[in-house]
Amino acid sequence: MNGDDHLLEDRTPGVESHEAMASVLWYTVGLGLAIVATIASFIVAQTSLLWPPGISVGLIVLALAQMGIHLVFFLHLGSGPDDTNNILALAFGVLIVFLVIAGSIWIVANLNANMTTMPIK
Amino acid sequence: MFGKLSWAAIPFHEPIPLISTAVVAAIMLVALAVVTAKGWWPYLWREWLKSVDHKRIGVMYVTLGFVMLLRGFADALMMRSQQAFAVGSSQGYLPPEHYNQVFSAHGTIMIFFVAMPLVIGLMNFVVPLQLGVRDVAFPVLNSVSFWLTAAGALLVNMSLVIGNFARTGWMGYPPLSGLAFSPDVGVDYYLWSLQISGLGTLFTGVNFVTTILKLRAPGMTYFRMPVFCWTALAANLLIVAAFPILTATFLMLLLDRYLGMHFFTNEAGGNQMMYVNLFWAWGHPEVYVLILPAFGVFSEVAATFSGKPLFSYRSMVLATLAICVLSFMVWLHHFFTMGAGANVNAFFGIMSAIIAVPTGVKVFNWLFTLFRGRIVFATPMLFLIGFIVTFVIGGMTGVLLAVPPINFVLHNSVFLVAHFHNVIIAGTVFGALAGYNYWFPKAFGFTLDDRLGQCSFWCWLIGFYLAFMPLYVLGLMGMTRRLQHIADPSWRPWLLVAGAGAIVIFCGILCQIAQLYVSIRTRERRRDVTGDPWNGRTLEWATSSPPPAYNFAVLPKVETIDAFWEMKRRRRRPATAYEAIEVPHNSATGIVISFFAVVAGFALIWHIWWLAIAGLLAAAATVVAFGWSDEREHRIPAAEVARMERTRVRLGGSA
Repeated sequence: MNGDDHLLEDRTPGVESHEAMASVLWYTVGLGLAIVATIASFIVAQTSLLWPPGISVGLIVLALAQMGIHLVFFLHLGSGPDDTNNILALAFGVLIVFLVIAGSIWIVANLNANMTTMPIK
Repeated sequence: MFGKLSWAAIPFHEPIPLISTAVVAAIMLVALAVVTAKGWWPYLWREWLKSVDHKRIGVMYVTLGFVMLLRGFADALMMRSQQAFAVGSSQGYLPPEHYNQVFSAHGTIMIFFVAMPLVIGLMNFVVPLQLGVRDVAFPVLNSVSFWLTAAGALLVNMSLVIGNFARTGWMGYPPLSGLAFSPDVGVDYYLWSLQISGLGTLFTGVNFVTTILKLRAPGMTYFRMPVFCWTALAANLLIVAAFPILTATFLMLLLDRYLGMHFFTNEAGGNQMMYVNLFWAWGHPEVYVLILPAFGVFSEVAATFSGKPLFSYRSMVLATLAICVLSFMVWLHHFFTMGAGANVNAFFGIMSAIIAVPTGVKVFNWLFTLFRGRIVFATPMLFLIGFIVTFVIGGMTGVLLAVPPINFVLHNSVFLVAHFHNVIIAGTVFGALAGYNYWFPKAFGFTLDDRLGQCSFWCWLIGFYLAFMPLYVLGLMGMTRRLQHIADPSWRPWLLVAGAGAIVIFCGILCQIAQLYVSIRTRERRRDVTGDPWNGRTLEWATSSPPPAYNFAVLPKVETIDAFWEMKRRRRRPATAYEAIEVPHNSATGIVISFFAVVAGFALIWHIWWLAIAGLLAAAATVVAFGWSDEREHRIPAAEVARMERTRVRLGGSA
């Protein structure tokens, strides 16, 4: 890879780019999508639109969508070559969060299963 | 008005803490008196305490690390002597209540306030120079980081005089650290000092990840970065990913202790095992935060002092990154015995064995770098050789402990104590000492005395073996850690040898102090006028010793790995055209915020709520005040740069 290009082209999140990406329209679309995702999660939680055991899954999907909307529209995370660092950082973060949460659940569930049940007073 | 604080908090009836405090206070008063009498305050305040120069912050970090090493080592000597005396009918001189504080303080101080400042200090000093840039990405934040770390260290030391420290061991496991079993301020000192310094460490992580990813000299691609920068990148990624876990865990324990919540109690659905789990989800990456920069130092030392490029640079980088990710998949090996099932234990046991593979790759890389090299047996090289031999032993006992059935026998025995001292002393401490000897001339413009350096190396090495090999044996004999009293007299000979080892290490520390003193006295003879005393390979040696505030008058153009070596080979023409350089203003923000952090932390520990609120508000106001100021940089005019550079080249520096 060419170091000079890399240094010049790369930019930190929040720095205005020369593209029209950070325009008012872009933010408005983001805000609209975020509001839609928020309202949708209230609807899912409070009505029986979804099959009741699936509600939690629906909420998780909506939460992930919400995060995605924020990352793309407000933090300007794109797929362009200048976003490599940010994408890698995000991937690393997601991996670590996954490892710690999944690992903790697995470990503590295992501990619980192996413990003698204590009488609850 | 003063919460739980009263005169009863000062241990007037306990001679040991009282006398040691009096001695420390006397030394500090003398130091302050000298500084005042000589009129050094304005200089200190302007040029050091307020400094946002990464080099000076690095020097202050390393100084903090060495000062706290003395404190932590004093604790170690007390433990060793207690265990040597308190056998059979004798109870020794430390009552359990005091002994428990000593081992807790020893662990906390050595990890958070010795090892961390030493590696972060070296990273601070070296990384921007090696990258060929003028400072870190956020210079003022860097100063805040340092002062928050110092604030945490100050709080830990205050617990010696006012109140007491935790008696829980350095991990502070509940329920022992919960309100029910530790109602006094000890655990609060532990928690708040680590919360404050942890914030500083997190800022450092953010700062250095940004610096390494975003600020590099023209042409310095990722695969042209010196290995130390790679290891610093990996260590700081681990800081960013892991320290929030610790902060959140401690916050939950604080909520348990202050607001009566039940995250880690047996009541109301709390789970104390979750603390252990989360603590080590931070704790294992943390040990790699400590060791990876040491690996980086050794890589630089191996290449420089064998006169060869590092063997297989790419495999070294890949091994570093592999460790960075794998270090998040092994944490359960710290609590195999807690009762997870065979599947969980087997998974984490296998992962722990796998993480030894990239480390093994590195050992071979260093060996092949030395192979047929033109080896110079200077102090850093001795530390490298001592490290390779000793660290491999520590690594192998680690793999042994990673086997769950063996772990059930050795868990919490002094075998474990021997193992982690083996990797931390031979790895992190030897690495820090090698780096200290290696980069000292860059920082101060004169080399350290090599003969005394070698004396200190041999004392550290021999002392280490004497102090910790007996613990392996004792661990296999069944001795558990943290014993205030030794019931089995057959352990005593081994404990006496271990005590002798601690004294030999102490001689090593004395040699270092002597080395520093002698080197300063004879500095005129040992001036480094070229800026390149070791025939170095990387960019930090391309500027003068000590470097000017702006590091490089003209940013170097990097074309290969070992950029400076290539420049020397091609005999680059000295630059003659200079441009004005922008450097950040020094700022008192860091030291002021940390002052208020100490105030708030102390107030929270003693439940002085009005003072805590005042301290936090003042710290926040300082941040806002800094945010308001808009003049943060000044320019050094081109003519001034040219004048400084001419002086430097005339004195013999490379251009």
